[in-house]
Amino acid sequence: MGIGIYVLKRLAGMGILLLGITFIVFGMMYLAPGDVTMMLVPNIPSTEQSEILRKEFGLDQPLVVRYARFLSGLAHGQLGTSWIDRRPVLPQVLDALGYTLRLASLALAGSLLVGFLAGIAAAVRYRSVVDEAVMSACLLGISLPVFVTGLLLIYVFAYRFGWFPTSGAGSWRHLALPAVTLGSFLVAYNARMMRAAMLEVLGQEYIRTARAKGLGELVVLGRHALRNALVPMVTVVGLQVGLLLGGSVITETIFAYPGIGQLVVSAISARDTPVVQGAVLVTSAGFILVNLIVDLSYAFIDPRIRLGS
Amino acid sequence: MPSSILASGSGAEAGLALERRASSAGRRSSLLRAFPRSVRGTIGAAILLAMLAAAAGAGWLAPHDPAQASLRHRLEGPSRTFPLGTDWIGRCLLSRLLYGIRLTFLVGVVTVAIGGAVGVLLGLLAGYFGGLLETLIMRAADLLLAFPYFLLTIVLVAVLGANLTNAILAIAVWTMPHYVRLVRAVVLSVKAREFVDGARALGRPELGILRRHVLPNCLAPIIVQSSTFCAQNMLMAASLSFLGLGAQPPSPELGAMLGTGRAYLRAAPHVVAVPALGILLGVLGVNCLGDALRDALDPRSGARS
Repeated sequence: MGIGIYVLKRLAGMGILLLGITFIVFGMMYLAPGDVTMMLVPNIPSTEQSEILRKEFGLDQPLVVRYARFLSGLAHGQLGTSWIDRRPVLPQVLDALGYTLRLASLALAGSLLVGFLAGIAAAVRYRSVVDEAVMSACLLGISLPVFVTGLLLIYVFAYRFGWFPTSGAGSWRHLALPAVTLGSFLVAYNARMMRAAMLEVLGQEYIRTARAKGLGELVVLGRHALRNALVPMVTVVGLQVGLLLGGSVITETIFAYPGIGQLVVSAISARDTPVVQGAVLVTSAGFILVNLIVDLSYAFIDPRIRLGS
Repeated sequence: MPSSILASGSGAEAGLALERRASSAGRRSSLLRAFPRSVRGTIGAAILLAMLAAAAGAGWLAPHDPAQASLRHRLEGPSRTFPLGTDWIGRCLLSRLLYGIRLTFLVGVVTVAIGGAVGVLLGLLAGYFGGLLETLIMRAADLLLAFPYFLLTIVLVAVLGANLTNAILAIAVWTMPHYVRLVRAVVLSVKAREFVDGARALGRPELGILRRHVLPNCLAPIIVQSSTFCAQNMLMAASLSFLGLGAQPPSPELGAMLGTGRAYLRAAPHVVAVPALGILLGVLGVNCLGDALRDALDPRSGARS
């Protein structure tokens, strides 16, 4: 199958998935019990006030009409306006997404670096004290919830030492603690995966051949083992994008960091349906797109892999 | 979470390889051997047993009623009456910890039981019967998996209403498609084996074949995946409660205790440390069990060298 056709097929599939996601989110928010207008007015609204609000948001229309309106807005690149502050949703979501991407990319880069080094060390010193220590630390790492790491870091580095602010955004100092929190969430996974991939490669014939040729251990590891071990890691990185988005919800809440996770959580508690829909849709789209890119790059890196079979 | 993604990816192969192995060596003996193999395994088993004992015996072990407030003993450190101190309205932290661990285990097991049962059933049907049924089930699973981790659960809880029952339901919904994918993949390979053809040639009814011959051969990867999901569902439930979307405050749920307790982080860090340690140790215990199971059932990680 040609790569062009494959990409087109995947993009079409992505469109269908996103449509499904809009339908699910839209349907769910529709089914949510209780009178939405109750949440949007400081005091209990009178019947007339509720009526006016319902008209304004189009809630007096049947579900099909509202869904069609939402889709046609989407086709014009609009995600509607917030029910709370009447601002358009898309710029809000993109703004928050920018903050989250900054945080997430820093966390991802750090966790990859530390995780890969630890994983390689464990694989090279397989079944040694180093391996046992790395694997134990990993077990601890995947059992540690994000909010516990976050609170621990706040206590030590913000309250005790006073080195970093506890919340907010703006400078690198604001980014430090959230990035470490979010990154430590992934280090254990990266180390485990890297160790497994490395062990797999180190058991191959060509490694024995390279060693038999008398190549130095560093050359064997760096040029022969590591490069092949990195191939499966591309997928791992792709899968972590979803995790990063999820982990950032909690991280951002703890550190009051104005990213997409905090946007979703605060919009949910305010029952601001358009913002919830927009944020979920945009993040899901990003998630699916990254997975597509990962699949493509996989074939790019390893020519043995054929797409679409 | 990634470990689950890994589990579902390698689970199918693990299951098949296990079968090959089970015919020669015994499955039970390798399971027993897996635990005390390393220091890590021994410590893990000890933690898990201690946590299970704490959860099971919460009713006897707790010195106080976990909901009993005593305003004269607010935010106190450890003492003889309150071995782990008290929280912001003077409730006994040890008692709340014990009941919280019980709740956390309960959530992990129940979400896996619900999501796993439905997922396994759908996966069996999709893999065995194929056709339109398979397409429908797999597309629905794809759709649920297209939501980034945690987002689906959050939105579901937001819609259903924030309480522990709905959190369990939402986590079960999130768990389900992972089982569908795993089981379908295993079924597809089991289906092609001779004993299935044999059973069919003998005229056994399809559902009987599914139950007697296909399902038992899917169990190993299901067991491995279940331990992973139990651990991460415990974390997810605690996270939801931490955000105020799960168990609500009076409940001794560990995530909820942390969510409210974080306001006292500076003044009385033990209020945060106690539930934090509870979550960590509980999840750690289950993860150790999962590691041991994987070592025993997954030859790729078991016989590495």
